[in-house]
Amino acid sequence: MVVPASCTSVVVGTSPKTSIGMPVVHVPFASAASVASGIRESLLINNKGDIHVIAWAGDGGTADIGMASLSGAAERNSDIIYIMYDNEAYMNTGIQRSSSTPVGAWTTTTPIKGKLEQKKDVAKIMIAHGVPYVATASIAYPHDFYNKLSRALKIRGFRFIQLHSPCPVGWRFDDSQTVDVAKAAVETGMWILYEYKDGKLEISNPSKYLIEHNSFKPIEEYLKIQGRFSKISEDLLKELYKERERNIEWLKKAV
Amino acid sequence: MMESKVKIVRINEKLPISFPQNGAAGKTGSWRLYRPIVDNNKCTKCFLCELYCPGNVIETRKDGIQIELDYCKGCGICAKVCPQKAIEMVPETVEVKIA
Amino acid sequence: MIGQNKQIERKVMTGNHAVAYAAKLSRVQVVSAYPITPQTSIVEKLSEFIESGELKANIIKVESEHSALAAVYGAAIAGARAFTATSSHGLLYMHEWIHWFSRARIPAVMAVVSRTIGPPWNIWPDHSDFMDQRDTGWIMSFGMDNQEVLDLVIQAFRISEDPSVFLPVMVGLEGFILGGTAMPVDLPPEEEVITFIGERKQPYSVVEDRISIGNLTSPEDTEEIFMEMQKAMERSKELIRKIDAEYGKIFGRSYGGLINCYKCEDSKYIIFTMGAWSGDAMEAIEALREEGIKVGLARIRYVRPFPREEIRELIMNAKLGIVFDRSISFGSYGPLFEDVAASIANDKREGKLVNIVAGLGGVNVTSEDFVKIIEKNINKFESEGEVELLQWYHGGEVMGY
Repeated sequence: MVVPASCTSVVVGTSPKTSIGMPVVHVPFASAASVASGIRESLLINNKGDIHVIAWAGDGGTADIGMASLSGAAERNSDIIYIMYDNEAYMNTGIQRSSSTPVGAWTTTTPIKGKLEQKKDVAKIMIAHGVPYVATASIAYPHDFYNKLSRALKIRGFRFIQLHSPCPVGWRFDDSQTVDVAKAAVETGMWILYEYKDGKLEISNPSKYLIEHNSFKPIEEYLKIQGRFSKISEDLLKELYKERERNIEWLKKAV
Repeated sequence: MMESKVKIVRINEKLPISFPQNGAAGKTGSWRLYRPIVDNNKCTKCFLCELYCPGNVIETRKDGIQIELDYCKGCGICAKVCPQKAIEMVPETVEVKIA
Repeated sequence: MIGQNKQIERKVMTGNHAVAYAAKLSRVQVVSAYPITPQTSIVEKLSEFIESGELKANIIKVESEHSALAAVYGAAIAGARAFTATSSHGLLYMHEWIHWFSRARIPAVMAVVSRTIGPPWNIWPDHSDFMDQRDTGWIMSFGMDNQEVLDLVIQAFRISEDPSVFLPVMVGLEGFILGGTAMPVDLPPEEEVITFIGERKQPYSVVEDRISIGNLTSPEDTEEIFMEMQKAMERSKELIRKIDAEYGKIFGRSYGGLINCYKCEDSKYIIFTMGAWSGDAMEAIEALREEGIKVGLARIRYVRPFPREEIRELIMNAKLGIVFDRSISFGSYGPLFEDVAASIANDKREGKLVNIVAGLGGVNVTSEDFVKIIEKNINKFESEGEVELLQWYHGGEVMGY
C-alpha cells in the first residue's frame, strides 16, 4: 500500500513500529500513483503479478497535488487500485479547503464566506480517462465498499474508488455522529454511490432507490448536523441544490 | 542468461523502516473521555459495532462483545450504530488523592 | 583473463546513446523517464531496446520527472534494477524525490544530461542543474567523454548496489557536447558486465519484507539515518577506487578513481575541472608545458563523495591551484571551489587558490581561453604573489568579483 502525506501517515504510529500489518510505502505528496505504478511494473517483470498494489490517498493528495500523477497512471491504465479517502479538506494540516471541499463549507482558509467554488468531481474525471473501474463509496455503507473493492480486485488495469469519509474535527460534529453524517450525505444526495465498470455506469443502493423515487431528503438535513455549514448563505445553499441536480441528471444520462 | 533476482542484504545501520506491532501510536485508550459499556444481554451479535469501529478494537465473540480498552479512544460510534442500544458511553473518571 | 586479447564491439554513438547502451548492458528491469532536451534520446533509445525485445524491461512513460523518479523508487523498493535520466528543469522538478530516494538507502542509477537553468530558456550545457543536487545524498560522478560515460553508468550500478554503500548514483554528462556528439565507444560484452555488477542487491524490499517505509520517526533516529548516509559516503571512496581498478583489469579502462590526473606529478600549478571541457583544459596544459610551465590537470570525476584526500595532496604540493567551475552558488563561489578550499581548511601552506567561473549558459570555453586564464593567473601570482580569489571569465575577459 502506497500512502502519500496525509492523516494516514500519522495514524499508523511512529518508527520503529507501525500499526498496519501489510507492507506500506510512505511517499511525498504528489507521487502515490507513480510509486504504485513503479512497484507494479517491478512485480510484473519479476513474475510476482499476484501481489496487488494499492494507493491510499486523501483528497488533497488526489484531487489537488496528486492530480497529475493520478491522471498519468490512469491514462497508462497502470495495474493498480487507487483509493481516495475523501474528507473534503486538508485535515492533516488543520482543515484548509481543498478542491474537493463542497460549496458553502467553512474551513480555515474559507473562514468567513465559506467555500465559493463547487466540489471537484474526481470520480467523473477518472471515468473520462476510460479506465476499467471507477466507484464511489461511503464509510456509512461498508458492505457496499467491501463489495466494490472485491470486484475491483478481480479486474486488471487502473481501478479507482472514491470513499466519502467524514472528519469529525474538520466538519465540526461529535465523533459518535460519524456514520450518521456519512449516511446523511447519501440520503440527501450530497454523495451518490455508483459503480462504473466495462464502460457501463450503475447507481448503487441506496442512491439508486433515492433517484428512482426522487426521495432525497432536503440538503439542510445534512448541513444542520455539521458545524462547517452553520453560516452557509442562502445563495450557496442554492448552489448546493443546483449541484445535486446536475449530478443526478448527469448520472441518469450516463446509466 | 543469468536470471535477475533481487538479493536482500541486511545491513547493521539505521534505516527508515518500521515493523508492524500493536500500539504503534502508544496506548491510545488513554485519550478516552467516555467508556463503552456493553450489555451483552441486549446484544444480538450483529457485528455492526465491529464493522464501524474506526480503531478496530471491537471483537464479536461467542460470549459477547470484547472491546480492547487499551486502544479504544471512546469515540462512541459503536453505541450510535448499535440497533439494540446495547452499548452505553459512560464518562471516564480518575481517582484523585486528597491530601 | 588478464593479459589476453579479446574482440570488443565498437560503435560510433552519442553520449546519450552510450548511457542507454550502458543501462541495457546492466540489464535494467524498469525504466521511467520524461523527455526533456537534451536528455530525450536516452529514453528514446531505451524505448527502442525494450519494444524490440533487446532489453527485457518495463518502461513507465510518466507525465512528469517528479513521477519518473517516484516510479523508479517504487520499482527499486520492490526489487528491480531501475533507471532514469533527465536534465535541467526536469532534474529540479525531481528534487524532492532525489532527497527522498537516498534517505531510503535504495540503490538506483540516474543519468543527468546537464543543461543550464532558466529563465531565460536556454538548452546549452553548464553544471548548474547537476551541482544543485550535491546535498541530496546521491553519489555523483561526471564523465569527460562518451566512453567514460558508458563506463561510469555500468560502475554506478555496482557501486549503488554494494552493501557497504546502498545509495543511489547519478552520472553526469554535458548535453550536446557529449550527449549529442558521436564518438567511438567500445561496448563490453553483456555477460561480462552482468558478472561484474552481480545480482541486484538492496537492504530491504517492500515485496520480501512486511515493513513500513518512511514512517514518522523521532529527531534522534532521523539524525542517525543521516549519519549512516555520511558514513556510507565516506566508505564509498575506497569502493569507487577499487571498482575503477577492477574495471580496468576486466575491460581495459581505469580512470584513477575519484579524480583523473593529467600531468599532475611534477606540477607547480594545478588546475581543477570537471566534465567535457577538461579535454580543452588538457590541450591548454600541453600548450603551457611546451612553454616550460609546469602545470597539471586534476579532473574531478566524483563530486560526491568529494575526493578531499586526493585534492589536498595535490594542492599541498603546488604553488597555485586554479579551480574552474561551470556553475556558481550566487553570492558565494563556484561549488567545486568551495569543496576544494574546504579540503585544505586546516592546512598551513604558502600557495594560493583561485576560482574561475566560466562557461555558464553554455558559453563555449576553448583551449585558448584556458591558456589565457591560466597564464594570466600564473603571471600575476609569480610577479605579485597575490591573485584575485574569485574571477568570472566572460567575453574573453577575466573579471574579478
